[in-house]
This record gives sequence, C-alpha cells and structure tokens, in this order.
Amino acid sequence: MYGGGYIPGQENEKPDQFQEDPVKLKEFEDRIARGEKIEPHDWMPRGYRKQLIRMIEQHAHSEIIGALPEGTWITRAPGFRRKMALIAKVQDEVGHGQLLYNAAETLGKSREEMMADLLSGKSKYSNVFNYPAKTWADVAVIGFLIDAAAIVNQVANSKGSYGPYCRALERICYEESFHLKQGHDAFVALATGTKKQRAMLQDAVNRWYRPIIHFFGPPDVASVHTEKLMRWKVKMMSNDAMRNQYLSSYVPKVRELGIDFPDPNLRKNADGTWSFSDPDWDEFKRVIKGDGPCNKERLAVRKWVETEHRWIREALFNPNAKYTLPLS
Amino acid sequence: MEKSLDPRIARLNIQRNEEGASPIGKHEYGESFEVFVQSRRGKQHVHAGTVHASDPGMALIFAKEQFGRRQHCVNMWVVATSEIFAFQYADSDMFETVPEKLHREPGGYKVRDKIEAYRKKISQQKADKS
Repeated sequence: MYGGGYIPGQENEKPDQFQEDPVKLKEFEDRIARGEKIEPHDWMPRGYRKQLIRMIEQHAHSEIIGALPEGTWITRAPGFRRKMALIAKVQDEVGHGQLLYNAAETLGKSREEMMADLLSGKSKYSNVFNYPAKTWADVAVIGFLIDAAAIVNQVANSKGSYGPYCRALERICYEESFHLKQGHDAFVALATGTKKQRAMLQDAVNRWYRPIIHFFGPPDVASVHTEKLMRWKVKMMSNDAMRNQYLSSYVPKVRELGIDFPDPNLRKNADGTWSFSDPDWDEFKRVIKGDGPCNKERLAVRKWVETEHRWIREALFNPNAKYTLPLS
Repeated sequence: MEKSLDPRIARLNIQRNEEGASPIGKHEYGESFEVFVQSRRGKQHVHAGTVHASDPGMALIFAKEQFGRRQHCVNMWVVATSEIFAFQYADSDMFETVPEKLHREPGGYKVRDKIEAYRKKISQQKADKS
C-alpha cells in the first residue's frame, strides 16, 4: 500500500560530482521526455539508479512493515466478514512488498541486501507504521485514510519513467481499490453507529491526524536535486501537491460524517492549497530515524521472523543434506 | 521495548532476539523464476512477474500465492530467469525495417476494381454476340 511521497535521506544528499556521459545522458532524457519507459538494462545515470533503488526499496519495506499493525487486529476484527477482509488485505500488502522488492532488484541491489538494511535500521520506511493501532477504530482509519494517502502517491508514481516500478504499481493500485473501499466501509460503520462507536472513531482520527499530515513529507524546498528528479520522472508530484490533492478529496468525506480533524487551522485556501497548524516536523524526523512509539517492536518482529524461520529455508535448499555416520 | 498491543507478539518474549538477526547470506533467498499465467483455457500464458524460490516446485507454490490470488487463473508456468534468452534493448533498431509494409498487410491487396472491369468486359462481349 504505502510509499509516502517522502524519500528519507534525500535532503542529506551531497551533490554528486560524477560527470555522466553527456551524449548518453541526452539520449536518456530525450527518451523520458518522449514518454518512453526505461527498462532494467538500459543505460541510466547513477543518480537515477540510486534514487530509484532507495525509493522502491523503502516502498517495499513499508508494505512489509505495514502489514504488522493491521495484522495485530486479525484475531479481534469484529465479525467474520471483516476478519476475512483484513486477512485478504494483509496478504495483499505482503504480496505488494514482494512485487516491489523485485522491481528494486532489477536495479542491482539484491533482495538479501535490502532485507539486511531494513533489519539494521539503515533503510527506512513510512512514518505511519511506527504508531500503534490501539483500537478497532484505528484499523478503520488506517484502511480508509492511510490507504487513500498511499493511493494518491502510488497513482502518481505509476506514471513514472521506470518500467518495472510502473508495472508493479499498476497491479498494486488495482488491488488497493478494494482496500480503500473496505476501509471506508468500516469507517462509515463506526461513524454511523452508536455514540460510543463515534467517540472511538473520533479518538482514532485525533491520534492519526498528525501522522497523516506527515505522510507526504515536509513542505517542498525548491532544489536542483528535486527539479532533476521531476525531469527524470522519478518523483511525479511535489509533497505539497500530493498533500493538497489528498486533503481536497478526503477531508470532505470525513466531515460529511460529522467527524473532524483536531486542528482548527485545517482549511482550504482560495487557490486550492490547504493550511494547517504546525505539525511538528521534528517528530516526523525522529519517527523516520527510528524513535517512534513502535519502531523497536516492528523491527524486533522482523528480526524474530528472520531468525526463527531460517530453518525452513535451510530445509528447502538442502532437502537431501547428508547424514554422516559416527566414526567410532 | 514496551509491551506489545498484539497478544501474539507479547507472547513471543521477543526481547532476547533484539540484539539482531543472524546475517543474511548472499543469494540466500534463492534464484528468481519468471511466472507466466493463463487466465482461461484457450488464452495464451502471459508473463506476470517474478518469484524467488529454492526450486521450480516451490516457485510454482509461490507463484500461485502471488499471481493466482486475486485474478482468475487456470494454469501457470515458471522458468528460471537464468534460462531466458533475450535481445538487448540497445539493439532494438534491428526491428526497424522498411517503413512501408503494405505487401504484408491485407489492405495491400485490392482486387475489386479488376474484378469489376473483367465482369464489365465479359458482359459487353456477351451483349455484342447476341
């Protein structure tokens, strides 16, 4: 589901002094300008490859880690249908992770390296999965409002320039449409329910408001780097443009149910942009770096899986491992 | 680490693993296989994506989970990526030939005018005889 628009690490990027072959660079840029896709074995600038690996890998990690807060609620989902839907959704998310790891691998970073970098904390993932899903209403908010945010980002990226990423995203967007619908359904069920259910939903919306504003990343700073990524169709929309598009679509869908966001300054301006209170971007940076409420638990679970399930892989790869008789 | 909200995770007593997983070896996840999916009988198998697996049998199992989960599907093939032979994109100019290919298109063959002319001629001849 979710690769936020924000690519951690890009603001610390030192300008790459490497000089690309100007003839090849021009051919590459002309191809993108004509709307053609880039395929794995094509020539591509170093910066393009590096940025795409980082972006697709972080997107993949977000899918895999994103399955955890929702997976928590499978056993406690209210009713058989919601349980079935949640199982299907979580399974899809893990499948999306697989598709994205494949796309990233075509650029030359192995799946094993990516997983190792996730476990060591070197690679990041979306901020929103480092918050707990405290009640069932949190699951409804994730399924509706977080998935919707992810879709805004993914639909934009699916029109990018790198063939394998576009192919993966097309499939992902097709599958996400059901996720959003079931999330909206669960959200509406609570919003139109009893007083207690409405209060529970409002609480969850209050908890998730800030992470949602953070999701698309800090306000854009015009830079040569960003301009280049947009020209290469790696980044398709600015953080603010995505956030504005998202708020325009989904704030009304929440407010029509008599639920609101805990921010008196959240409003649409005459020019279509949105204003909101300072969401504390330092918190966002802390959470991305590993200091959110659930970072430790999320990675601990992944490490546990990697260690405790290793024997399965060993058995699969060595089905006929020889037994040696004792010598004496 | 705080106590998890997830009872299953809380039961794992995961602290002992917090030090870190054992390192992941090179190619530990296995080689990749290309997956081809047939949506109905009578249709072609179409390339759907890639899976990593220990052997073709496991690749089929993963392919079923990954590509047969949502869409209708009656059959699948897998083949190791290393067994695929392909042209290079850099050579794609070899597919460019003469721009005009009417000689291999149905529209390149127009016979109706000739038939009409022939029939006109024959009927004229018949009329002349009688």
